[in-house]
Amino acid sequence: MQPTESELTHRSPAEGTRRSFLDVLLGSGFASTLMAIAYPVWRYLIPPLSGEPATASVVAAQGRQVKPNSGLLFKFGNKPALLVRTPEGELRAFNAVCTHLECTVQYKPDTSQIWCPCHNGLYDLGGNVVSGPPPRALQRLTVNQREDDVVVSLA
Amino acid sequence: MSSVIDWLDDRLDLSGLRHFIAEKGVPVHAQEIWYYLGGMTLFLFMVQVASGILLLLYYRPSATEAYESVQFIVTQVEFGWLVRNIHSWSGNLLIASAFAHLFSVFLLKAYRKPRELTWVGGVLLLFLMMAFGFSGYLLPWNELSFFATKVGTGLAGAVPFAGRALLRFLRGGDDVTGATLSRFYALHVAILPALTTVLVALHLLFVQRQGMSVPLKITRRLQRGERMKQMPFFPDYLLRDVLVWYIALAALAALAAFYPWELGRKADPFAPVPAGIRPEWYFLAMFQTLKLLPSHILGIEGEKLGVLGFGLAALALLLVPFLDRRSAREEPSPVFTALGLVALAYLIVFTIIGYRAA
Repeated sequence: MQPTESELTHRSPAEGTRRSFLDVLLGSGFASTLMAIAYPVWRYLIPPLSGEPATASVVAAQGRQVKPNSGLLFKFGNKPALLVRTPEGELRAFNAVCTHLECTVQYKPDTSQIWCPCHNGLYDLGGNVVSGPPPRALQRLTVNQREDDVVVSLA
Repeated sequence: MSSVIDWLDDRLDLSGLRHFIAEKGVPVHAQEIWYYLGGMTLFLFMVQVASGILLLLYYRPSATEAYESVQFIVTQVEFGWLVRNIHSWSGNLLIASAFAHLFSVFLLKAYRKPRELTWVGGVLLLFLMMAFGFSGYLLPWNELSFFATKVGTGLAGAVPFAGRALLRFLRGGDDVTGATLSRFYALHVAILPALTTVLVALHLLFVQRQGMSVPLKITRRLQRGERMKQMPFFPDYLLRDVLVWYIALAALAALAAFYPWELGRKADPFAPVPAGIRPEWYFLAMFQTLKLLPSHILGIEGEKLGVLGFGLAALALLLVPFLDRRSAREEPSPVFTALGLVALAYLIVFTIIGYRAA
């Protein structure tokens, strides 16, 4: 099976093209195998969409639980949200995910502001950025009271 | 490509490697076909590593979530069914291929001096593969695997003296519970892979260092002055290896696509044991042997004696190159050939009986 010395040194041009043809065949065979493996792996790596529906509204708390000049974190769908009672007694709710790098914000009673501890971002009680790195205002949620239940829903 | 190699060569001096690649040859003779089995086992092991890593992305090792997460993989994740089926089938083919490799090496006496350590490492790798199979079987946490694990770990309790402690160690408690699942998971994805990596590296290093073993009959002809043909490993033999891997891959893909591995029902410790409970096929011969043993032999529990017997058989298998003195002297050793054939026949017959009985 091994080519002899003279066959190796005196290869005819026809044999040259035959060899490169076989090389191309072999190479494309390997390439298509790789693709046949890479495609399913790539699709597998993409996580399937979770079946969880977007939350429309939740009961965040009992109204009397939230004292003036305080805040309360609650679960809104699969995200945290913040219910705030202003010093004047008004209830407001925000998506508690900081618009900077997705930390969870909290109520800061000493200055009556919303504060993100990760990078010291400050928002006022309208959700607007006061200082720090956040690029946008916090998303506001709608607050309604049904008897003593505080019902928060998407705006 | 060649400029990259030049760049590396400039810094790392690849002349040794280049020399090795140019010189590495594979003997060409009538029994050469058995040389492919080791490479095939290695290929299937690499498939296991790759598909196992993919499964890790979605699998959750807890009694409450394991079954659901596998269900999620095979129903929700795109190509998840394929990845799981490949992993299950490839594991089985891997063990089959490792057994075939073991018996071919045994019957060709390739374990004889100077390859004793390659044999010992190979046998240890086979045991590791069986441990992989046993621990991986439990991970989907279904009825069948739950009860099979109960029986299998229960056997460990029959080990003389240390049985009770070994059983509790394996189960992570007195019973098969979520704690067992955590242990088996750690074993399956961390401890066994680490050990296997080291042993595979050594096994391959030894094979590279010593080259392929040539059967006794042929070495005798060489001693009489006959010349043996050699085939260069790069690229001739490697391409043949790749061809064999393609055959394995094709078989694997066909099995995974047309014979999906069942998930069964979720394990329930308080449900009645389903009929026809039996271990994976590579434990069937042992399982069947234990079934046939009487409850007491000479005043000793049959089970204990059986487990002791398996232990001794495993030890004997490890020590084969040191027991077979004739092969070490390059003399034919028909006794060991006969022993190998008897062992092979025993395994095949008992596996078939076990398969039909269950």
